Formats: sequence, C-alpha cells, structure tokens
Amino acid sequence: MLEFTPDQQMIREEAQRFLREQSSSEAIRRVVDAGASHDAGLWASISRELGWCAMAIPEAFGGLGLGATEVVILMELTGARLACVPFWSTVCMAARLIEAAGSEAAKTKYLGAIAAGEMAVTVALGDLSAANPMSGTSVRAVKSADGYVLTGKVAQVIDLAAADLVIVPAQLEDGATALFALERDTGQVILPLKVIDGTRPVASLELASVAVSTTQRIDAGGLTDAAAQSALAFANLGLAAEQLGAAQGALDVTLAYVAERVQFGRTIASFQAIKHRCAELVVDIAEARSLVFGAAAGLGGMDAAESALEVSGARVLASDLQFRAAEEAIQLHGGVGFTWEYDPHLYFKRAQASAALLGSREAHLDRIAASVFADGGLK
Amino acid sequence: MSGVEAFRTEVRDWMAIHLTGKFAELKFRGGSGEGDALPELRKEWERELAAGGWTCPGWAKEHGGRGLSVAEQIAFQEEYSRAGGPGRMGHIGEGLMGPTLIAFGTEEQKKRFLPGILSGTEFWCQGYSEPSAGSDFGNIKTRAKLDPVTGDWIVSGQKVWTSLAHLSDWIFVVARCEEGSIGRNGLIFLLMPLSQPDVEIHPIKQIGGGAEFNSVFFDGARAKAEDVVGQPGDGWKIAMALLGFERGISTLGQQMSFQQELDLIVEIARENGSDRSPAIRQRVAYAWTGLRAMRYLAMRVLSDDQSAEARREALTYKYQWSNWHRDLGRLAMDVLKMDANVVADDPRRERLQQMFLFARADTIYGGTNEIQLNIIAEQGLGMPKEPRGKL
Repeated sequence: MLEFTPDQQMIREEAQRFLREQSSSEAIRRVVDAGASHDAGLWASISRELGWCAMAIPEAFGGLGLGATEVVILMELTGARLACVPFWSTVCMAARLIEAAGSEAAKTKYLGAIAAGEMAVTVALGDLSAANPMSGTSVRAVKSADGYVLTGKVAQVIDLAAADLVIVPAQLEDGATALFALERDTGQVILPLKVIDGTRPVASLELASVAVSTTQRIDAGGLTDAAAQSALAFANLGLAAEQLGAAQGALDVTLAYVAERVQFGRTIASFQAIKHRCAELVVDIAEARSLVFGAAAGLGGMDAAESALEVSGARVLASDLQFRAAEEAIQLHGGVGFTWEYDPHLYFKRAQASAALLGSREAHLDRIAASVFADGGLK
Repeated sequence: MSGVEAFRTEVRDWMAIHLTGKFAELKFRGGSGEGDALPELRKEWERELAAGGWTCPGWAKEHGGRGLSVAEQIAFQEEYSRAGGPGRMGHIGEGLMGPTLIAFGTEEQKKRFLPGILSGTEFWCQGYSEPSAGSDFGNIKTRAKLDPVTGDWIVSGQKVWTSLAHLSDWIFVVARCEEGSIGRNGLIFLLMPLSQPDVEIHPIKQIGGGAEFNSVFFDGARAKAEDVVGQPGDGWKIAMALLGFERGISTLGQQMSFQQELDLIVEIARENGSDRSPAIRQRVAYAWTGLRAMRYLAMRVLSDDQSAEARREALTYKYQWSNWHRDLGRLAMDVLKMDANVVADDPRRERLQQMFLFARADTIYGGTNEIQLNIIAEQGLGMPKEPRGKL
C-alpha cells in the first residue's frame, strides 16, 4: 500500500550514502565556481559504475526495466544533494522521449548507450518554461537530397554542454514535428549561458543550416501528441521529485544549523517560532512526497490523462515547497544565510530556476482546472 | 476481480439495498457540523448495520467482528461514504472504546460491553477534555474517590467538548484518583452510565447553531468497582492507548466526503459562473491537488513502513487534512459569493455553509495546529521540547 519494496529501500539507502559522500557541498562548489558543465567524476560513477541510467530503460534495450518509482527515488536524492550531473536530462527527459517516440533503430542505439552509461543526452525543447514545450519550436527542418537541413535557435537547453547527444525537435515543412539526434561537434554551436543557478548549467543552441542524414532523424513517423505528453509527464515527475529532494536537503541543512546556533543561552532550535517553521516544512514535504510517489506508482497504470494531472499537481506542490524550504533556510540561518560561504543560496537559486521549468505552477493548475471543470480551460 | 474488489462490490450492493426507504433521509447527513442530526433514525440505522454485520468490521472475529484486513476496511469506509452513509453514532464505541476494552478490559468487561457496541444498542462518548485540561491533558482535575464500603468510585468534576453525550448511554472518564498527584500520574480510567442522578449534561451551542458537544457535570456520580479499566493509576496509559487505536482508516471515508464537498463546489461554480474566475479555478485545482496528496499520504500512513521518515510524515496527517478542509470551507463560500451568507432551504448550500463553519473546529480538536507542530518538531525532528511552566 504505497510503501517501498525491500529492493527499492536498498536502492534508496545506498544512493543516499553514496551521494552524501560524493556530492558534498565542496564538490558542488567546485562545479559552480569553475562554471563547469557538470561533475564528470560523479557522472561517470553514476552512469557507468552504479548503472542508475539503466533503471527505467526496458530490458529489451539493455536496461533493468524497473518502473518510475526507482527513478523518482534517485531523482529525489540527487535533488537533495544538488548533484551536478545530467541525470534528469538523460533519464527523465531524453530516454523517455526516445522510448515514447523513437524508431526501433534509435531505441536500440541510444537507449542501449544510455543504459550502459556511455551517453549523456539532453533535449532542446522549444520553450523551457512552457507547459507544453515540445511544440512551438522555432527550429525548422528542410528536406535535402540526402537528409535534412536544420536551422534555428533554441534559447536555453539544460545540460547542453555536458551532453554527448542532443535531441532537437524540429518542425518539418508539412508542420509536423520530427526529432533529430545530434552528437557532439556535428555543426551545432553551443554557447554556455551565465546563469544564477550554477548547479544546473544551461546553454543556447544555434543551428545555422546544419546538414543531417536521414538516420539522424530518430522519431517513428513524427512526434505524436500522446508520445510528447507521455515523455513530458515523466520529465515533470522526475523534476518534482528532484524539487522535493532539494527541499528536504534545504531543511536538513537548516536543522543542522539551528541545532548548533546558540542565542540567549539556548540553541535557536528550542524556540517555538523556529520549531513550528521547520515542522511546517515537514508537513509540506510529506504532502509533496506522497503525491510524487503516488503519481509514480500510477504512471503507466491508470489512464494517462489522470496520471498527468497528478504529475501536474506534484509539480505545483513541489515548486511551492522547494522555494519555501529554500527561503526558510536563508531566513533561519540569519546573517550567514545570505553569504556565499553557507549553502542556503545554492538551494534558493535552484528553487527559482526549477519553478519556471516545464510550466509554471499557474500553468499546471490551469491544466488541472480544465479537467476538474471539464470545460477545456478558459478561452 | 481481486478479493478486495469483490468485497467492495459486496459493500456497495448492501448499501444500495439498505440505505433506502425510511433510511434514505439519512444520506449524507450527520457529518461535520451536524453530528446531532436525526439521532433516533441514525441509531436505528446502527442496528440495521449491525444486522448486516457491518458494525465493527475491523474487530477480530473472536470479539464479534469480521476480522477485515486494512485494505478491506479502507474499501468499506470508502464505499460507505460514497453511498452517502450517515455519520456514525457508534463511532466512539466501535473505534475507541471497543478496541480499548479488547486490549485492556477484563473478560467480564468485554462480555458486558462489546455486545452493546456490536449490536448498535449502546452508545458511548468520551470524557477526556476539561475546562483547564485541553491541550494540557495532564492537568485533569476531575476527582475519583474510592468508596471503601462498596469499592465503587465517586466522581466529581466537569468534562467538556463531549460529543453526543446527550445521545449516549455510557461515558468513559479519565479522573484523578490519587490525592495530590499531578500530570500523568495518579489517573484512573472509568466507565460510567450517564443516566444517573448525579450526572448533568449541558449542550454547548456551537458556531453553526447545532449542539453536538456538551459539558458533562459529575457531582458525586458513581462508577462501579468493576468498571475500572486497568488498575487505578493506569489512566494515562489507557487513555493514550485509546487515542492510538484510531489508525486513520476512517479518515479514508472522511476523504470521500471531502471529495463530495469539492464536487459540490465545482458543480455550484459551474452554475453560478464562479468557474469563469481564473483565481477560483486555480484554488479549486489546488484543492484537488491537496486531496490527491492526502489520499496517498493516508495510504502511506496505513502501510507497514516503520522507517523514521514514514513515522515522521505520519505525524503530519492531522495537520494536513484539517488545514486543507478549513481552506476548502472558505473556498466554498467564495464560490457561493453573496449566497454564502443567506440561509436557504437548499441542502447543497446548507452542507457547505455548515462545513465552512464547522471546519474551524478541525484545526482545534484532537490536538490544535500549534500542538501538532510541536509534536512534529519534537517527535518527528527531535527538536528540543517546550519548557513547562510552574503555574
């Protein structure tokens, strides 16, 4: 009844231990301060040694064929440690998009490589802050003699500099959307952006008449709406789990601080004003975690539309929660809370950057309202 | 069809056949804020349930129950509420008193009291809170003095917020039996008949106009020697165990009724145009989200997960649902707009108005918001305990 299996519990405990050691505050700061694309050592461990990328990939393509719950467990924990790795992009965005919309050849090639930990992959979504970012890309694909020519710009692509492969949704001449896979240095221009949240690097992508072969088109006859929605639901669920984890991480940092900080002859953790605010975060964490794991259990089971609504709800709760946990971390740390030296700012910046990703809370609530009122939304 | 689904169908069919005729009037009645509605018919309904074997279905078979699994109990609660099953007059006996007697009662006490609970013929209420012992439950002042001749206990004092005392037959009372004792020491757990001359029951008219709560005054009232549960001095232990028996299964039925309230709000919003307001739509969607999360939280709470994290999050459940419900009350009134203020013979509006008013109690009874946050901080996060005063 919505509890972890012993295997899931084991995955969770081991991942938690591993990330505490390997994605320490010092490790995160090395990436942030250097403006690096990711923590390459950590990513190598996660993808190659621990096999985390193989979890949800079907066995037919070299994965372990586990469900959404295992991925959500790992997303929550990477969120808690703000792990600077392209795990979400690869597993929650790209792999699921390939699985939902890719041709058999693409699945064999790329899902296999992802499962083996050989490839970090991202998706160049047209508008990252839109609730439906799969459509509305400005990239155009024009048929050529031996393939396609891609032209256009994508303003923000998560983990682009770290990715070995970028999947580009592009509009064909007939208006349909196709997916193209571009490996490193195949004509695209990548410009890393200076961002406030250095824990999740972003770059812009420019395609100036980039010629691609027909084999680089990886969708199976166009990206259908159902496939896009299925991929998006998974990406949003993973993101909600990550946000939830980051909230827990911010609370953990705060609890450690208030237990040590002494004022008026007592630890500030003993003041009811502090206790209640920490307890309120526990309430919100319990709420968000329940919906995240409830939605994960339902994903692929109950009807897809209902499931997508729960995922939207999970995003709303997790976005609210993550911001509140991060702002409380700053406030309850007092003066040191807004220094570079202490960690709250890392959580705070990540919170704001994540809230806007794949649809604002308002957009997700609108989607739920359209279903609850059964009227297709306000026109 | 799985076993639970088959069972669910059985409950649904039974309700469809039995919540009809004279009982049809009871549909969706006797819930939040109107626990005192249609009492005689609801007592009759308890006997109807008993005849069908649906009272105390979670009790073990040896005690007269059905020995249902947790999943089946959840299914029962959900189907009962979905069908509009009325607020249960027998809830205190079935959910609290019975399990306490099964755990701590003598064989004689079980023989004497369990059948009345099972058959829906004896109704119980709880004598816990006092005017000066609310959140500070240890500050109980009601006294129990041993009558050396009969061995009976002579009780004097006042209990308050006693739900349905005026419609009950028995009350369980936590009283101070050791002169000079303080806090959790020196308490006794007594079973007392309400129909005796030295017990007076005064209704408390509440915010919505109804009166399901009472003050109960004891002025030398008597508890028989054999009606002590546990030993004199065990009162705190028994009282706390009793509260622990409410594992929250009935809250899944409660959630079904929350869903009905939300559905009602949506229905009215579509009729009166509130559904054109973007802000109202967002609030409705947010309420929908909270209810989904609450359902999954309840399922996690009822699971066997004994990790520190699961136990910590279980502590948040009361805070979670009560605040959600309180917010829903306000949303309902905002959707009704000016109609919210006008009392009319419209059962839908009446239900929401009562819910709006009574939900203010949700965050107070059973541990206030403030006490809940203390519990979460202290027991869940291990933060320092509140200092105690000397007054």
